[in-house]
Amino acid sequence: MENAVASPDYNYKVVRQFTVMSVVWGIVGMAVGVFIAAQLAWPALNFNIPWLSFGRLRPLHTNAVIFAFGGSALMGTSYYVVQRTCSAVLAFPKLAAFSFWGWQVVIVAAAITLPMGFTSTKEYAELEWPIDILITLVWLAYAAVFFATIAKRKTSHIYVANWFYGAFIIAIALLHVVNNLAVPISLMKSYSAYSGAIDAMVQWWYGHNAVGFFLTAGFLGMMYYYVPVQAQRPVYSYRLSIVHFWALIAVYMWAGPHHLHYSSLPDWAQSLGMVFSIVLLAPSWGGMINGMMTLSGAWHKLRTDPIIRFMIVALSFYGMSTFEGPMMAIKTVNALSHNTDWTIGHVHAGALGWVAMITIGATYVMVPRLFERKQMYSIGWINTHFWLSTIGTVLYIASMWVSGIMQGLMWRAVNTDGTLTYNFVQELVERHPFYIIRLLGGIIFLSGMILMAVNVYKTVRAERDCHGEDNVQQAD
Amino acid sequence: MSDFWSWFIIVIVVINLLGCGGLLLWNNQISAEEAAKETTGHSFDGIQERNAPLPRWWLFLFIGTLIFSAVYLVLYPGFGKFDGVLGWTSDNQYQKEVAVMEKSTGPLFEQYGQVAIEELVEYPEALAVGGRLFANNCAICHGSDARGAKGYPNLADDDWLYGGEPDQIVTSITKGRKAAMPPMAAAIGNTDEAVRDMALYVQSLSRPDLAKDSQKAAAIERAKPKFAMCAACHGQDAKGNIMMGAPNLTDTTWLYGPRVEDIEYTIRHGRSGHMPPHESLLSKERIHVIAAYVYSLSQGANSAE
Repeated sequence: MENAVASPDYNYKVVRQFTVMSVVWGIVGMAVGVFIAAQLAWPALNFNIPWLSFGRLRPLHTNAVIFAFGGSALMGTSYYVVQRTCSAVLAFPKLAAFSFWGWQVVIVAAAITLPMGFTSTKEYAELEWPIDILITLVWLAYAAVFFATIAKRKTSHIYVANWFYGAFIIAIALLHVVNNLAVPISLMKSYSAYSGAIDAMVQWWYGHNAVGFFLTAGFLGMMYYYVPVQAQRPVYSYRLSIVHFWALIAVYMWAGPHHLHYSSLPDWAQSLGMVFSIVLLAPSWGGMINGMMTLSGAWHKLRTDPIIRFMIVALSFYGMSTFEGPMMAIKTVNALSHNTDWTIGHVHAGALGWVAMITIGATYVMVPRLFERKQMYSIGWINTHFWLSTIGTVLYIASMWVSGIMQGLMWRAVNTDGTLTYNFVQELVERHPFYIIRLLGGIIFLSGMILMAVNVYKTVRAERDCHGEDNVQQAD
Repeated sequence: MSDFWSWFIIVIVVINLLGCGGLLLWNNQISAEEAAKETTGHSFDGIQERNAPLPRWWLFLFIGTLIFSAVYLVLYPGFGKFDGVLGWTSDNQYQKEVAVMEKSTGPLFEQYGQVAIEELVEYPEALAVGGRLFANNCAICHGSDARGAKGYPNLADDDWLYGGEPDQIVTSITKGRKAAMPPMAAAIGNTDEAVRDMALYVQSLSRPDLAKDSQKAAAIERAKPKFAMCAACHGQDAKGNIMMGAPNLTDTTWLYGPRVEDIEYTIRHGRSGHMPPHESLLSKERIHVIAAYVYSLSQGANSAE
């Protein structure tokens, strides 16, 4: 290939580190998830050991999969994408190295303190204040590296993937700092700066935007690079990406109150949360359309390329959960779904189906390039992994739908004398089989992750057979 | 909410919704020149961008949700202080649902309310209703079998802290009960030994066999005169006092556990059992039916013996 311009010597070291650790933390986080799913089916599995109890391991699971697995994947891919799409080497290599090592220290600190019972009690923000401060420092370093790299780009425009990564970085900094404001009373204990309904509102403003900016915008950034690269097709619509980007980041910020329907949050705030959640449907789907339609003209690749399959199924689950979300935000639906397993199913449709699958696809695209191999060690294993992920996700979410809707219906069933038809234990007994199916889905999904780890290991161990140049080469 | 915040909310909501609409209008038109181009001309790491127009169905979906929002915010609260033309609040939705339920179940409970509890226990269908009310309201502390747990009295036996007659049960449910066993260590000598001695003495009241152990017997003897401190509430005979919910210490029912350590803890730190009042949560008639159910449990225990 007679490339007119030789690409610069990109900094891949930090990308390799993050990529390998995202696989490792993915397995750790999902293994904890599988274990606590088993505890829900058989509570004796906490063995009466405090640090094995569900209440402590559940935040470990959520933090590990969101921030350790997802975070490492986002930071790694964003460092890769921003360099390549800006034709510029990563700025501040030492800060980039700090962002890697600092993030790993945060994760290890979380893995130690959460089972010990240290918690700020804020969902998805359980880490105590000293760790929060370290997160802030790491995040500022990450932002500096990312935006400085954009600033020295050789391209005239900024690629859409970087808009999303950029929005994710800025919004998470804002959310993290505001939600975690607290008064420390000792090294590992603090109290929130907010109280009552305001505390709840700040928490869910954070909580929902962690979903919106961490798990949606960040991974859309990932999608916007790896899908066109793997499909070798141009992105479907620049115009659509502009509209859905600005609408998405403007509207997401409002949606938090739908977590607090029928609570002591004032009615007007609940209404706005619901209304903007519904408006969010179209901007969310904009990303799905743009990703899927990028494949138009190359649909045959779905038959031959398991990596493309991962990406398209990821986009399908993304579309499905971003339809389900606005629907569940409608007060009438929420009255049934709130506090039931349906919510858990919804979250995992997004987390397994979208976040994990798009990350897996991106990892399979990126690993051979990072380690200068022609392709992954085994394409057949990728295909096996695809089916394990899909079946695992479907078992998980279908069991939680059935369980959650049944739970909601049993809670509201009323006798003619006005009493509730079912008591708590009856409803729990009915859900037990679905907890076992959910566990099975989790085990299947986890086994796929382990297969990926072996595949990555074998690829890295294999002989170097390619100089990693270039995406463009495959285009013709 | 002050006028300032009300307008603040209204303004940013309107800007946000109109902004979305404007974004759509601005990007909906595509010039012939632009439409003719294959791609935008950008290339990022080999990635090019087409410029397909916004899909029609998607555009209409987006506009539809914006129209929905505007209509919803006129009908329901959301625009700052504006309550919405329907006057809906989550509280009045709740009150309405309660009123509907009250209307349909009222006559049934009115009927039950007219029958004395002693007689009501003869009607299985009334007890079934009482059992369901119990499951909804009481089981969370007293257990779905009413046999209680540590700190929560067993209601299915024949032992009563505040009396087991129908009117006493009704009072317990309606007004609640507050027990207050004060910490007693200071009053009986304030040493570990004194507390241990007293715990053994209390235990021996229902277990005469303890006295066979000479060491324990000595401890029991040492504590015996100090029990006068306890007798104020539990009585000289230690059989308790239902006026203040002081338990009978001579039987084998233990609210906070039968072990010496449990009793020591009680002496050292006191106990403050608290049954919350239910008069603001349940109608008089419902309490009447629950009381009948609870009363029936111990009647069964009696007849079984």
